[in-house]
Amino acid sequence: MSAPTQAAADAGAPVARLHGVGLAYGRTRALDGISLDIPEGRMVGLIGPDGVGKSSLLALIAGAHAVQDGRVEVLGGDMADAAHRRDTCPRIAYMPQGLGKNLYHTLSVFENVDFFGRLFGHAQDEREQRIARLLESTGLARFADRPAGKLSGGMKQKLGLCCALIHDPDLLILDEPTTGVDPLSRRQFWDLIDDIRRSRRGMTVLVATAYMEEAARFDWLVAMDGGRVLATGSPHELLAQTGAGSLDAAFIALLPEDKRRGHRDVVIPPRSVEASSEIAIEAEGLTVRFGDFTAVDHVSFRISRGEIFGFLGSNGCGKTTTMKVLTGLLPASEGTARLLGSVVDPRDIQVRRRVGYMSQAFSLYGELTVRQNLDLHARLFRLPAASIPERIAEMARRFDLLDVMDALPDALPLGIRQRLSLAVAMVHAPEMLILDEPTSGVDPVARDALWQILVDLARHDNVTIFISTHFMNEAARCDRISLMHAGKVLVSDTPDGIVARRGSATLEDAFVGYLQDAIGEPAAAAPAIDAAPPAAAHAAAPARRFFDVRRMFSYTRREALELRRDPIRATLALIGSVILMFVIGYGISLDVEDLTFAVLDHDQTTVSQNYVLEIAGSRYFVERPPLTDYADLDRRMRAGEISLAIEIPPGFGRDVARGRPVEIGAWIDGAMPQRAETVRGYVQGMHMKWLTEKARLLLGEQAAADTFRIETRFRYNPNVESLVAMVPAVIPLLLLLIPAMLASLSVVREKELGSIVNLYVTPVTRLEFLLGKQLPYIGLAMLNFLLLTAFATFVFAVPFTGSFLAYATAALLYVTAATGLGLLLSTFMSSQIAAIFGTSVLTIVPAVQFSGMTDPVSSLQGTGALIGQIYPTTHFMTIARGTFSKALDFADLSASFVPLLLAVPVLLFLSAALLKKQAG
Amino acid sequence: MRIANIVNLGIKELRGLARDPMLLVLIAYAFTLSVYSASTAMPETLNKAPIAIVDEDRSPLSTRIVAAFYPPYFVAPQLITPTEMDQRMDAGLDTFAIDIPPDFQRDLLAGRSPTIQLNVDATRMTQAFSGSGYVQSIVTGEVDAFAQRYRSAATPPVDLVLRARFNPELNRAWFGSVMNVINNITMLSIILTGAALIREREHGTIEHLLVMPITPFEIMTSKVWSMGLVVLLASGFSLAVVVQGLLQVPIEGSVWLFMLGAALQLFATTSMGIFLATLAGSMPQFGLLLMLVLLPLQVLSGATTPRESMPEVVQTIMLAAPNTHFVMLAQSILYRGAGLGVVWPQFAALIAIGAVLFTYSLRKFRASLR
Repeated sequence: MSAPTQAAADAGAPVARLHGVGLAYGRTRALDGISLDIPEGRMVGLIGPDGVGKSSLLALIAGAHAVQDGRVEVLGGDMADAAHRRDTCPRIAYMPQGLGKNLYHTLSVFENVDFFGRLFGHAQDEREQRIARLLESTGLARFADRPAGKLSGGMKQKLGLCCALIHDPDLLILDEPTTGVDPLSRRQFWDLIDDIRRSRRGMTVLVATAYMEEAARFDWLVAMDGGRVLATGSPHELLAQTGAGSLDAAFIALLPEDKRRGHRDVVIPPRSVEASSEIAIEAEGLTVRFGDFTAVDHVSFRISRGEIFGFLGSNGCGKTTTMKVLTGLLPASEGTARLLGSVVDPRDIQVRRRVGYMSQAFSLYGELTVRQNLDLHARLFRLPAASIPERIAEMARRFDLLDVMDALPDALPLGIRQRLSLAVAMVHAPEMLILDEPTSGVDPVARDALWQILVDLARHDNVTIFISTHFMNEAARCDRISLMHAGKVLVSDTPDGIVARRGSATLEDAFVGYLQDAIGEPAAAAPAIDAAPPAAAHAAAPARRFFDVRRMFSYTRREALELRRDPIRATLALIGSVILMFVIGYGISLDVEDLTFAVLDHDQTTVSQNYVLEIAGSRYFVERPPLTDYADLDRRMRAGEISLAIEIPPGFGRDVARGRPVEIGAWIDGAMPQRAETVRGYVQGMHMKWLTEKARLLLGEQAAADTFRIETRFRYNPNVESLVAMVPAVIPLLLLLIPAMLASLSVVREKELGSIVNLYVTPVTRLEFLLGKQLPYIGLAMLNFLLLTAFATFVFAVPFTGSFLAYATAALLYVTAATGLGLLLSTFMSSQIAAIFGTSVLTIVPAVQFSGMTDPVSSLQGTGALIGQIYPTTHFMTIARGTFSKALDFADLSASFVPLLLAVPVLLFLSAALLKKQAG
Repeated sequence: MRIANIVNLGIKELRGLARDPMLLVLIAYAFTLSVYSASTAMPETLNKAPIAIVDEDRSPLSTRIVAAFYPPYFVAPQLITPTEMDQRMDAGLDTFAIDIPPDFQRDLLAGRSPTIQLNVDATRMTQAFSGSGYVQSIVTGEVDAFAQRYRSAATPPVDLVLRARFNPELNRAWFGSVMNVINNITMLSIILTGAALIREREHGTIEHLLVMPITPFEIMTSKVWSMGLVVLLASGFSLAVVVQGLLQVPIEGSVWLFMLGAALQLFATTSMGIFLATLAGSMPQFGLLLMLVLLPLQVLSGATTPRESMPEVVQTIMLAAPNTHFVMLAQSILYRGAGLGVVWPQFAALIAIGAVLFTYSLRKFRASLR
């Protein structure tokens, strides 16, 4: 290990120092005893095939992943120390693997960079200057208003770079930044990095790459394999050390003996001429429009059977769209596409069985293992069950997946995932393969192996291959290629033909030349980045504060922008809750009417009929045909036809007249106890009334005079209207469920889509992150609150009698607690499904059943009573009812304010404590 | 062969579910602890009803009235002053407050017909309604018994013997436990299918499926059977272990017939999940739609308050909701022991609702991917 020490000494103190670093994901060891000094001020490359631990190492150095074993020192401090991470993260910039992984796709280009600027605490003037300069130099200025999700891959990576460079980092960490980026954009990207390095001499750039041609430009390389460092040194030193002619060869020479397993150059036998007669894929005037944007513009081509046809072009030129039309995923706006002689029809199952398709983005099941994914697809393509295990084993061997058969794809590096996707696309031995950038992110050795497979398929099995790629050496292997730009085919010929026609030295030059002609821009259009701005030095200063309002608002703004971009969400939240209030307010009523009853009258006298009339005449009961016997009673009650059965004994009239004791029987359907209670109350009341009237008849007016009276006053709601009782209870319910759901999803969504990494590597603290996310939803909930209250008072005419100020203050506290509850739930959920389910389970039941909406909390028992006493909804419901119906003020309701005041900080700090600031 | 696709895709769903431990924990929680605590928390209509009495008479009769209120129906009454009464009711401490006027006993015996005032907090709907009846009958009973000693009986001796069938003690946990299981069935099945479909859409896996020899019908059916099965098993477990075992709720009818009904309900609700997923553009939108659908389903299906008490319009609209029919059939089968002959209309309604939602979603399936 003398080389790194030497190199480090040349450049002064190392920027990062690793000692005995190890990292494991479950049982998989990603890094194993790495000791390494990374020199300062250099362009350092991590090279090696997929899955050797490059990304893990970068995540550790960036502080995005927690250190497990060993010691990671970056910029003079221990990365396991949270205080040091907080101090150094403004000096580090990290761009994770994957196109635009840490960007926000609904936000525009400008807003994305602006978001990061705010996170690093830049003032507005400075921020705008910096953004303008960065966008200008990356050529993104023209697209400043375009949503990041609509950018091409190359542009996304440039935008990612802008976001990383906004705070003038001393250490720039790029994880495979050019994977999936077209050659022109790739050139521009590296030129950009060179410019930046020229203007900021002290900056260290740490890049992981699987592409040796890129690595050759770097100052210092770390060759990695199997979670270990193989060798370090400048490209020259590595070449000298191995005596190899190219870095590729040097790397293979560095590999341990057993891993050098038979790498061979791709051999392409010439195509036999007679095979080309049959047309496999044909497009004629194919046009696809999205609104007024033409993605594919009259594209025509013919691919004959067994041909390897390459599709090249800058990102976003329409390659993917064309392929999707061919597979039937998208309908063509104009023109025709034919597959194997028949017009593409999404309902044609037979054709699909003969086609294998691999989409650009990884689209296999992350929750299934590699083996399960292969097995599922083999079955779906209806391979004979007996042959499946053998076929899976064969694919695993061919695509070198044997070691990872039981791993989950999400835990695998991009390159291996791509190999799996390709294996899946080929599992049913299709006659035709449509492959959308199958090799992007795959290391060179594996790529060559993959191409050998494709070539063998085409030449031996006459499989037609339609492939899009960004690699020129791959394009050169195709029988014919088409160059696409802005939806149009620029040129279509054999690779040699194109080079000859253009008169350039290489295919890449020809390609770049054609593109530049089409764009109408000279090669060196991008202006160099200006010298480092004078403001750079103080950029880190505000970041050290424990709580920074600007960083918090950065997240608030981002969240608010996303809400604004998704008007359906806000509308649903607002309109939906009004509809719900209406429906529930009207729907819940405890005043039961029109209950069905029937009589089993053994007496059949005027007295008994008089008794029945008393019940039938009330508005509460509806009489059904009389019961014939006990069996009839039983049957009709079981069927739910009658809720009440009255049995009048024989001789009832006679006995009453004689004053003999007599019993009337009443059966109530107890299936729904609440209704039964009400029925019981009604029947008892009517019985009493009948008795009083009978007494009056029998004994005369005087004797029956009331001995005393009970005067019942229904307070706060004298007419006992359910709206008056329910609406103030429904408002708290709605103000809990919807804000909690939105807040919880807003965090879990970032976790699922990957942008949570911004929390890990920027100076934003957990509290700022949570509060920042919470604020817009509090705002939305307050708007909701005003809307609901206005509807309640003006439309439903529920009288509001108390202090509005007290009510509104309580509402603010309450929605803060509600969103806080959502955030708390989000800290231990990682998938959006779990978040939706968890939030539903943990809010609906307590709010509807334990918070006093129908039963007072004081009457509950057991766990429910306990939850009810501490649940915020209980207290806000008391306040809402108190201010709506009881004319109360702050002073009267202080007992309910205290728990709300407590809930807000408790929920927030609990969430902050449980939220992780690092992965792993 | 098509069946094979449906089976294989369904197995994929099950494997995916098994990989989300948090979701499994939540499912277990929803069908055990949540059902248990919600059912045991629910009081009898009158359980520990908070009552306060202003006794301005302080006579043997008024003491007798005070002594008539005792647990479990009421908390032991608080003896308060008239000024305290308003405060306490404002603060929501009491649902009922009785004011016995000065010289009540004397006036009663003198035949001057004195008046007892009963104040009810009408914002507490459930207790207010049935409770005031109870309070009145207790007070009347005490006063009459007291007065009897001084006078001969005035009313005819006709007794009303009330019996509740199917649930003699009107134990609300019997009803509540099953209704909680039903609510969970609905919630979980909608979420599992709907959110899973949106996740597949967000991750691009649905697109991948559609280029294979698989029809949207097969994809949808696989989700319906697999997620339906999970929920069916969980609810069966909940019914057997939590409801019948822990809560000791006697079930009169056939559990198997109920499970058949649950399976039909699941067909309808899983279809509804897919339907909502075709409407929602993103997961947050789905979350909101879910709340908008779940709440009315739970509150207005007849599981929380009786259907008869809802306005006619609401009752009619709610006939389109699967829960309404499921709650009806659950009550009929589990409590009243009804057979297929009685509940077939509900079975038919569930099939119809499920079929409509399923068919509509199927037609919208491809379009919703864009």
